[in-house]
Amino acid sequence: MSFKQLGRRLVQIFAVLIGISFLTFLLTYLAPGDPVRTMYAATGVVPSEEVMQQTREEMGLDRPFFVQYADWLSRCLRGDFGTSYSLKKPVLELLGSRLWPTIKLSLLSVFLMLTVSIPFGMLAAVNKNKWIDGLVRGITFLGVSMPNFWVGLLLVSFFCVKLKWLPVVSADTTFRNMILPAVTLAFAMSAKYTRQVRTAVLEELNQDYVIGARARGIQEWKILWQNVFPNSLLPLITLLGLSIGSLLGGTAVAEVIFSYPGLGSLAVSAITSYDYPLVQGYVLWTALIYMVINLAVDISYNFIDPRIREKR
Amino acid sequence: MKSFAKKNPAFLLFCFCILLIVLVAVFAPFLSGGHDPAEGILANALQKPSGEHLFGTDKLGRDLFARVIYGTRTSLTAAFSVVVIIFLAGTILGTLAGYFGGAVDMVIMRFSDMMVSFPGMVLAIAIAGMLGASIQNAVFAISAVSWTKYARLARSLVLKIRHQDYVAAAIVTGSKTPYILTKYMLPNVLPTLVVTGATDIGSMMLELAGLSFLGFGAKAPMPEWGLMLNEGRAYMSSAPWLMIFPGLAIFLVVVIFNLFGDSLRDILDPRDE
Repeated sequence: MSFKQLGRRLVQIFAVLIGISFLTFLLTYLAPGDPVRTMYAATGVVPSEEVMQQTREEMGLDRPFFVQYADWLSRCLRGDFGTSYSLKKPVLELLGSRLWPTIKLSLLSVFLMLTVSIPFGMLAAVNKNKWIDGLVRGITFLGVSMPNFWVGLLLVSFFCVKLKWLPVVSADTTFRNMILPAVTLAFAMSAKYTRQVRTAVLEELNQDYVIGARARGIQEWKILWQNVFPNSLLPLITLLGLSIGSLLGGTAVAEVIFSYPGLGSLAVSAITSYDYPLVQGYVLWTALIYMVINLAVDISYNFIDPRIREKR
Repeated sequence: MKSFAKKNPAFLLFCFCILLIVLVAVFAPFLSGGHDPAEGILANALQKPSGEHLFGTDKLGRDLFARVIYGTRTSLTAAFSVVVIIFLAGTILGTLAGYFGGAVDMVIMRFSDMMVSFPGMVLAIAIAGMLGASIQNAVFAISAVSWTKYARLARSLVLKIRHQDYVAAAIVTGSKTPYILTKYMLPNVLPTLVVTGATDIGSMMLELAGLSFLGFGAKAPMPEWGLMLNEGRAYMSSAPWLMIFPGLAIFLVVVIFNLFGDSLRDILDPRDE
């Protein structure tokens, strides 16, 4: 990727963020909930309609849509995402404190996913159309069709309620508390990824160089690990980037089940309490992180695959 | 017909299974054994599965079997609605964008670029949650973030034939634009999009159930599997049946729809393995 391309991507990311910001702002504008009422409800006193109207004016909620949007956007660009209605703290601070737990959880589940998917995907590819391939494909098929929240609930009921090995509530980010949410997330992902590893490896196995290597009598496992695997990495890394991205949206379910203190559970509680600034901040930040990860993946191709470096 | 059945026994089997599921949904009142899914008798709360209550009862004493059976209606209607909406919106907008190009294309494609470079579920959660919990809003939220995939697909298929000679010939010989769109473009777009739609029913069902589980979909008395799992969560140790049966129901139905989608793809698109 040249600097010119990089510049274009950065501009694109910025444009998408502006688009997303408009959409989320429109969404909160159209939403039927009343933030002022919710805000007062959170403090426990419900004042008269006049007082609420006055608060609305103070907060600028009575101004025309585009004025509000422009004002909000310009403050966002200066790094001020407002204050959460329900938690009375700056949005950025709240998101920041929840970001690391979610990243940790995502990384652990991606790690678990890779340790399952790569060996099994390769095993299935090498034994194409044999019983072991059928077994792996069958299991992954069932895995894709399992709702992840159900997997989470089953894990809780087995390991926490029945065996009492692990805590039901994962209130902090120690390994003991993270393992079950991570397994929940890794479950469906592994199923998907195993199939993709299989496809990617199969594609490489059909290349001429594999036949050449076999003809020269190189051992099969050497061909597999030294030639085929590195060559099939490229599509896998793209998919890895995408799955980390989809984790950002997907962690919510696991975080809610295990009461894990991450971004997802914060967002869910923000939405249920009509905490507009927090929801807007959450959507914008996940979008930004997602796009930055994908950009990083694209840049990494330069280092992994010299062919791409040559092309430019 | 006979040779088709012989060649694709699996496909017919899955079609039959889906027919069964649809029949369960349609005839839910007859299958639920006289129990009303919304009516609870508190004295019967949290009973174990028995002859009277096949799947046991929930915290309000409602018959879980009846609720699971009626849940088929909710899930099927919602998932079919999503797929029909995104299929129609994607096909129409994508075909128009591909055929006319220009400003229409620009707007539609920039919008779908934006949706692609962004985790859809995050936006779906925000949309469904902010608009208020209801199954209609959940359907709207998931449709809003999913239609772009269909639009891109339709557009790329149209672009492939847009500049073929026979299309140019049709234009030169005076065929009207609506005629070209429906007789030349659509037949070229539909098979791929139908397959995509069929393979997506299962995953749409999962996403809808996920939203309901989080509390952003179906609302309380409604029999919906995701919501039932969420309600049963608190009684995990005392009433495990509350989380086993609705979960199994989602799992089974999604497996069948996924198998159906895969076999349909195998039939219509032999290139794919």
